[in-house]
Amino acid sequence: MKVLIEGLHKAFESRIRLGIMSALAVNDMLDFNSLKEYLDLTDGNLASHLKALEKENFIGVKKSFIGKKPNTKYFMTTEGVQAFDDHLQTLEKLIKSRK
Amino acid sequence: MKEKKDYIQDIAEIRSMMERSSKFHSLSGWAGIMAGIYALAGVLAAYKIYNFNPTAIGGSLNSDNSSYPALFNIILLALAVLLLALLTAIYVSVREARKREEKLWNATSKRLLVNMLTPLFAGGVLILILIAKGMIGFIAPFSLLFYGLALFNGGNFTYPEVRILGFIQIVLGLISSYFVEYGLIFWAIGFGVVHIIYGIYLQFQYNK
Repeated sequence: MKVLIEGLHKAFESRIRLGIMSALAVNDMLDFNSLKEYLDLTDGNLASHLKALEKENFIGVKKSFIGKKPNTKYFMTTEGVQAFDDHLQTLEKLIKSRK
Repeated sequence: MKEKKDYIQDIAEIRSMMERSSKFHSLSGWAGIMAGIYALAGVLAAYKIYNFNPTAIGGSLNSDNSSYPALFNIILLALAVLLLALLTAIYVSVREARKREEKLWNATSKRLLVNMLTPLFAGGVLILILIAKGMIGFIAPFSLLFYGLALFNGGNFTYPEVRILGFIQIVLGLISSYFVEYGLIFWAIGFGVVHIIYGIYLQFQYNK
């Protein structure tokens, strides 16, 4: 059982963070507003979850400008892809093992 | 420790988020049905009012200036059909998006549009060149072909059936490039009949 739980990363316990990772898994890059719309969150709430994932090095940030407006884009790092993959596989194993 | 049903719920959420953030679903069968009706009406008008027959002017590769006024009317008619179909598609999608409580203009719809516009732009320019060179007979086949390519490309970002629709239009475009004299008939089948059938199918499949 110990081995099984190892793949479940603490950062993904929150459904919101799981949601952010899922959206980034199928999109090369997403800006803050798109994420906000998909997840239906307030600015502050989303920002804090993004910070947490950034701290884990699971997502990267790319800042640029569209005209004069700052535009922040997020993407999954290689580390993030690996962690998300492990998490999915562990979930699958857990569900199968408890039938 | 989470329960098993929590993990199943986790997976369901992951799946739904991946779907929502990568596929455009504010598409309604009505857009297809209406576009098909406009196209058929347009073909009928071209045939009845202007006696339009692509081979008469375009089967030959030489431009024939005497037929240009009629051709101009046909192009106007085609543009009107296109505009009407586009406006209907936008209107229907706005309504559909509102029903789903999603925004119409988001990362997904932008990507769908970019992927469709690239082949459409290439096709549009090519058709302008064909008109300039007087090769009128190829306009209908090539518009089918490039529209099909656009749908095939865009189909990755919406309902999978759109890819099949694109494939059908590509095949129709290629066949009618060979049988240029039946261009108008193939055009009516592709943009008219196939659109209507597809619209009805989509409507039954997703918007009950």
